[in-house]
Amino acid sequence: MENRKKEIQLDHEVILDLIKPQSSVLDLGCGTGDLLYLLIKEKGIHGQGIEIDDQAIYKCVAKGLNVFHGDIDTGLAEFSDKYFDYVVLNQSMQQIIHVDKVLDDALRVGKKVVVGFPNFAHYKSRLQMFFQGKSPVTEALPYQWYETPNLHFFSISDFKDYCRAKKINIEGSVCIGERRRLPILPNLFAQTGIFLISK
Amino acid sequence: MTKEKKIVQDNGVGLVETQEFTFESLKLESGEAFGPITLAFETYGALNKEKSNAILIEHALSGDAHAAGIHKNENVFGWWDNFIGPGKAFDTDKYFVISSNIFGGCKGSTGPASLNPKTGKPYALDFPLISINDIVNAQKCLIDHLGIEKLLSVVGGSMGGHQALAWLVNYPKNICSAVPIATTIKHSPQQIAFNEVGRQSIMADAHWKSGNYYDGLAPSKGLAVARMVGHITYMSDKSMAEKFGRAKKEAGEPFKFTADFEVEGYLRYRGDNFVKRFDANSYLYITKAMDNFDASKGKPFQEILRNTKVKVLVISFKSDWLYPAYQSKEIVKACKLAGVETTYCEIDSTYGHDAFLLEVEEESHLIKHFLKKVFYAYEVTGNYGE
Repeated sequence: MENRKKEIQLDHEVILDLIKPQSSVLDLGCGTGDLLYLLIKEKGIHGQGIEIDDQAIYKCVAKGLNVFHGDIDTGLAEFSDKYFDYVVLNQSMQQIIHVDKVLDDALRVGKKVVVGFPNFAHYKSRLQMFFQGKSPVTEALPYQWYETPNLHFFSISDFKDYCRAKKINIEGSVCIGERRRLPILPNLFAQTGIFLISK
Repeated sequence: MTKEKKIVQDNGVGLVETQEFTFESLKLESGEAFGPITLAFETYGALNKEKSNAILIEHALSGDAHAAGIHKNENVFGWWDNFIGPGKAFDTDKYFVISSNIFGGCKGSTGPASLNPKTGKPYALDFPLISINDIVNAQKCLIDHLGIEKLLSVVGGSMGGHQALAWLVNYPKNICSAVPIATTIKHSPQQIAFNEVGRQSIMADAHWKSGNYYDGLAPSKGLAVARMVGHITYMSDKSMAEKFGRAKKEAGEPFKFTADFEVEGYLRYRGDNFVKRFDANSYLYITKAMDNFDASKGKPFQEILRNTKVKVLVISFKSDWLYPAYQSKEIVKACKLAGVETTYCEIDSTYGHDAFLLEVEEESHLIKHFLKKVFYAYEVTGNYGE
């Protein structure tokens, strides 16, 4: 059990803890389906993915997952209110054009929404910007400015402000560093923020 | 559709034979009872003891029962030979694959060119108007005859996809899964328009004689032009440019309107070849059945699908402008709304509509893994089975 846990990505492990067994989960931007596969295997969830990249779809299908080839920005409209127990946006929110609209839709379609994103205010990013005067390149933000798929750069504090302004309930949050969960000063030390929200 | 083979296979199902099944009568959608009906069919692989591994392959407009392998003393591989065989998408080591020529066709199954037992002459236009549902109902008789209660899957591209959807709608309890490929719930005006050009071309041929041409010359010119139009719609701008460019053929006889360009020669060759193997009246009846088909029966499609336990894999192709991806997405949308377990992929291809015959690698990957999931109570959840 311990060995298996070590093989799982830390953010996946956190999300695994947030999601109740046997629930229905829509993974928006499910990539190659590792998280969905893990949720099905460990929690017996009923999973559905949406992914834009065809090569990633082939990998999902090889894992036996149900996945729709399509755009996150337009993929949610057809689902009825609270159709899924959870909608997951892990490492995809920063790449969506209309984040506001998608989050609204996700909160409508899912009873709860799990979001995971890189924290732009991590101390390493701050140091690089302050001392070098350059766009940060870190473990959580590994791209050069000219090749990054990320469209939005925001921090854990930004996201909390957003939830407050939009009257979104934060039901739980876990902030993680390179190797472990962080109890203090997450906006400074966390590379990734994972939030469980609802409306 | 185009019968092109990129590579000659020697690892397929080998020698195969077409068989026949005849039944007394079928009540058509129009209310009329028609019979007897013979269906030509082929099978590949072996039916397991539980009879749970049978897959029905549905052919497109110009296809036939010969989907894989070769016939004795012939060298033409089946139209989906790249997909059917040991280790292929439809793995004949695991599955029992059935392919039949449709009712209304002209390759061994009863159609307008068949002899009417009452008159001893071909039916010609005495043949009743048939529907995709009639075609599928006839297949159901064959499947019953083979002793199969529930098919593992029904799979087809283009008009084959219409049939897969018709099975999904009419016999959801008799299939575990359906794979509609490059198809649509119902034809758009554009699709009907292309078919109508084909039909008009046949009927404008002086040899057509209101369908009564079986004792004389066939309306070959008309049918060839219909096929040429068809071929244009099966390819893409890009695949034509890649295949032919503006290359010119060798100069032939001095005539102003010879086939100068490669593409002209290709279309003429395709048209001329088609008339040797296809009946013009069949072309009229089948294209009409396609145009009239509406899987949603005039209702929102999701209402028809609600409560179905059938698993669905929908595949479309990026450059297919005859059956564009948006039509496949409409199928997917209805499945979403009806809560049907669905996977959808738009394969990145430049082949146009013909891609469903040619994109072997990606399409095989999707089909193979999808079938595996359906067939084995999938290891991850343990509840994908029956």
